[in-house]
Amino acid sequence: MIRAVIVINDQGKPRLVKFYDYQPVEKQQEIIRNVYGVLCSRAENVSNFVQDSTFGPDTRLVYKTFATLFFIVIFDDSENELAILDLMQVFVETLDKCFGNVCELDIVFNFNKVHTILDEIILGGQVVEMSSSEVVKALDDITRLQKNPNSIVRVPKSISGWQGR
Amino acid sequence: MGSQGGFGQSKEFLDLVKSIGEARSKSEEDRIVLHEIETLKRRINEPDIPKRKMKEYIIRLVYIEMLGHDASFGYIHAVKMTHDDSLLLKRTGYLAVTLFLNEDHDLIILIVNTIQKDLKSDNFLVVCAALNACCKLINEETIPAVIQQVVELLGHQKEAVRKKAVMALHSFHQRSSSSVNHLISNFRKKLSDNDPGVMGATLCPLYDLIVIDVNPYKDLVASFVNILKQVAERRLPKTYDYHQTPAPFIQIKLLKIMALLGSGDKKSSEQMYTVIGDIMRKSDTASNIGNAILFECICCISSIQPSPKLLETAADAIAKFLKSDSHNLKYMGIDALGRLIRINPDIAEQHQLAVIDCLEDPDDTLKRKTFELLYKMTKSSNVEVIVDRMIDYMISINDSHYKTETASRCVELAEQFAPSNHWFIQTMNKVFQHAGDLVNPKVAHNLMRLIAEGFGEDDDAADSQLRSSAVESYLKIVDDPKLPSAFLQVICWVLGEYGTADGKYSASYISGKLCDVAEAHSSDDIIRAYAVTALMKVYCFEKAAGRKTSLLPECQSLLEELSASHSSDLQQRAYEFRAILDLDANAVENIMPLDASCEDIEIDKSLPFLDNYVHKSLEQGAEPYIPENERSGTLNISNIINRNPYEHPAHSLRFEAYEVPKPVVPTKLTPAVTYPTDLVPVPEPSYQPTLSSGPISDAGSGSGSGSTELRLRLDGVQKKWGKPAYSSAAASSTSTIDSQRTTDNGATQSDNVTSKSREPRQPHVEVSEEKQKLAASLFGGRTARPERKQSGSAAGHSKVSRTTNHVEDKAQPTTVATAVQPPPPDLLDLGESSGAVSSYSSSVDPFKQLEGLLDLSQDGHAVTTTSTGPDLMSLYSGASTNGQNQNQNQNLNPLINEKDNMNGAPNPSNRTASLTKGPSLKDALDKDALVRQMGVNPTSQNPNLFSDLLG
Repeated sequence: MIRAVIVINDQGKPRLVKFYDYQPVEKQQEIIRNVYGVLCSRAENVSNFVQDSTFGPDTRLVYKTFATLFFIVIFDDSENELAILDLMQVFVETLDKCFGNVCELDIVFNFNKVHTILDEIILGGQVVEMSSSEVVKALDDITRLQKNPNSIVRVPKSISGWQGR
Repeated sequence: MGSQGGFGQSKEFLDLVKSIGEARSKSEEDRIVLHEIETLKRRINEPDIPKRKMKEYIIRLVYIEMLGHDASFGYIHAVKMTHDDSLLLKRTGYLAVTLFLNEDHDLIILIVNTIQKDLKSDNFLVVCAALNACCKLINEETIPAVIQQVVELLGHQKEAVRKKAVMALHSFHQRSSSSVNHLISNFRKKLSDNDPGVMGATLCPLYDLIVIDVNPYKDLVASFVNILKQVAERRLPKTYDYHQTPAPFIQIKLLKIMALLGSGDKKSSEQMYTVIGDIMRKSDTASNIGNAILFECICCISSIQPSPKLLETAADAIAKFLKSDSHNLKYMGIDALGRLIRINPDIAEQHQLAVIDCLEDPDDTLKRKTFELLYKMTKSSNVEVIVDRMIDYMISINDSHYKTETASRCVELAEQFAPSNHWFIQTMNKVFQHAGDLVNPKVAHNLMRLIAEGFGEDDDAADSQLRSSAVESYLKIVDDPKLPSAFLQVICWVLGEYGTADGKYSASYISGKLCDVAEAHSSDDIIRAYAVTALMKVYCFEKAAGRKTSLLPECQSLLEELSASHSSDLQQRAYEFRAILDLDANAVENIMPLDASCEDIEIDKSLPFLDNYVHKSLEQGAEPYIPENERSGTLNISNIINRNPYEHPAHSLRFEAYEVPKPVVPTKLTPAVTYPTDLVPVPEPSYQPTLSSGPISDAGSGSGSGSTELRLRLDGVQKKWGKPAYSSAAASSTSTIDSQRTTDNGATQSDNVTSKSREPRQPHVEVSEEKQKLAASLFGGRTARPERKQSGSAAGHSKVSRTTNHVEDKAQPTTVATAVQPPPPDLLDLGESSGAVSSYSSSVDPFKQLEGLLDLSQDGHAVTTTSTGPDLMSLYSGASTNGQNQNQNQNLNPLINEKDNMNGAPNPSNRTASLTKGPSLKDALDKDALVRQMGVNPTSQNPNLFSDLLG
């Protein structure tokens, strides 16, 4: 199962932190610091995988860099590294569809929405959706109902505006 | 389009984010956050806060906690927000509580009611939000409150709800399997759900259940195979495709499940062969996800009952992985190889050079994985090379967790496969020197036992040789001030026990060294204890042998110092030593017999020889003995007697020093304790009289055996260093010699074996000689080598001839002009050989020598010479290292063309996305403008805040 999804920027600031088993705040910070330390020491053009002992002997960590952000997934041996790598791609593509040319600032300011997106993809540590268009559709539903709980007519509106006034 | 909605947050929040982003130090950031916490604490408790405002506060709380600060003062407000009717607020509340609380938090009880209500909602999104919360917040106690509803939701008309209900049930099962055991059949039912998404979700709990126990699910094999077949045949709707691969996560989960179900089950495995073969054939090796599935197939093949055909396919796939340029694929290849060699150990051989490349790769992850592989394939023939490599690596890393693991692996391999005792001692020395404090203390005791007992055979000469080589090597390194404590203990013990045994070193020399150790580690009582006992042994052995003995002055002063030590253990040892000094040789020999650590001592803990004495005393009205731990702190004796001694064992006194002081030293120590009780004030004499009242020798052996009991109970102890390893030593030592000589050996060999046509390629052979040497020593005996080389060169030739002909065809009509152009990738081989030509200088013309074999015209030759311009060289130099491996591999690998393909198409799936859409400058500018409008300037520190993630 997936143990954690973390997004940090290249200065080690957390941008999104989601642990699938509860971790106390201090432990979370420690993990983030350790992960950041490990990622900083990685050379370029090496694999995206790191053996990681945060959650026991068999956990691995997969990371991927997008512009200024590290996307990190920590998981155990019931997942496949390459597939997780693509999962991150799906996540970012979905973010991109929702925000339109997503950048770090979008994630900082809208992390609640980012969480919603993540919850559609990973639930309880298991991957439940791999199609970014399906996730966008689900988000669309949520947005519409949040804005207008009784609406039956589908409002043709851009998704990214769902939170704005 | 993204900008027009804004960021949906107030200016205050934007300001907070911005100022934190601009903070120059952690302390400045903390100050800002603490200020924010103060503000929030004040504001959040104000009456009548508008709901939208409250939502923002909660989001700010989440943000603060993400930065590592305590936001617990606001938890209750997040809980309250989950009660709200508005979906937006409710979802925000649920998000906050799932991030804030663990399932055992006190506030959960306030949420359960809301969750119950929401699970019944008409609005499926509310239900989804509640199910999301269920996955995180419901613990064992609260499961009964919601389980009924969750089970009902498994039949909900919306597939999104069904999917989430399955996951909620799964998380309940993870928390407390007993409370949902009766509902497990639901997972089976949901496997046939109409919606593939729900079916896919069901695979997660089923996988977990099958991991726990395979047998109840054997009947599902056919269903799983069938589902996988349908998925692979693209029967699912297109929406489940990812980069043209149908439902990859479902396929991967199914393959994992099948690996478990087919393991050791021929009948089940046979049902799977066809579908796995199909998937492997169809898999898209150009995409990341295609390779993920391919890898999963290999794992499955290596786990189920082996099928020769599939194994072959798997081996081919691994070859592709290992030859890829992508580190990720190499990593997967190494991983897969490690799984497959369990079934077919020979498969590693054809990938030897690729494995060695990975071992020297700068990527640490890959390196570790490769060491794991080597660990799995260690045999007595390659143990030396592998362990040496592992030790080098162990020295180079800092991560103590991994260092420990590597060290214990080295020890394990060395114990299991050691080819000679000299090598074993050297290896253990290295491991202890660099990771002594990290390895399990047991390892140190094991080592001492091995040195004491030798191979477990009755070969005294070999044993004493082992001991003297240990002594010699220890004397060499004992002065190193940085030796870890565990290692020094071993050294002291061995020097004390065997330092003077072979007569090579004088007693005073050994004593001097031991005194130095005690001196240098004056803060470590354990080492000093080992040292002083060792000194005592050296003295005793000398005296017993009838040699003239005198105590070194430094030894004398050490004894004086220790007699006044704060540690009672050290003090005791010092007094014992002093007592021995006064004894005659005969007594000393009895107390300290030579090589006593190897004696098997029968232990009878009940001390039956004292029974008579005890009886007599009791009859005479003595108080019965009450075990130490039965005596409570009270001094009232009558109380104790009245009490049932087995009822309340309370600790009052610590007796550890007598039970297990140090596993090794006490052997020699205890006799001394018993003997001189009357002479020397030994600490805790209170219960000594019982022992000393018996005959001296009896008491001595009795108590001595008691204290050594821990170390010498050898029955049931695994003897790893037994015969099999030893018998294989001969074979492996020849291979060592082989590998040591390889430089000339390899050359002569190739001369003998290869025909003259091989000569032009000689430079490459020499460049990679070291690697070959390594490969040979890693992967097997030399017998196989010549043969391989021959076929390799033959294969190489056909390849060269083919490619050159190819060039020729092209070159002839257009002459030199085309040749100067960078060659297409499939000419890699020719390019590589021409690169070699130039490096070889022009004295030897390789193509002339090839003439007999190749039909090469003068034109072709012209092509090569013109192409040896500098820019071409640089172009080739990058490829040449690859090319070399390729050449070496050709013989082993008929799939060379595939490799070229793999090289040519590096991981497109990663790039497709970024290629399809470039960064949109306009959008970024819009966002920037918007932020500025709102009064927030982007931080100067991180101008990339706006950079497009996918751009």
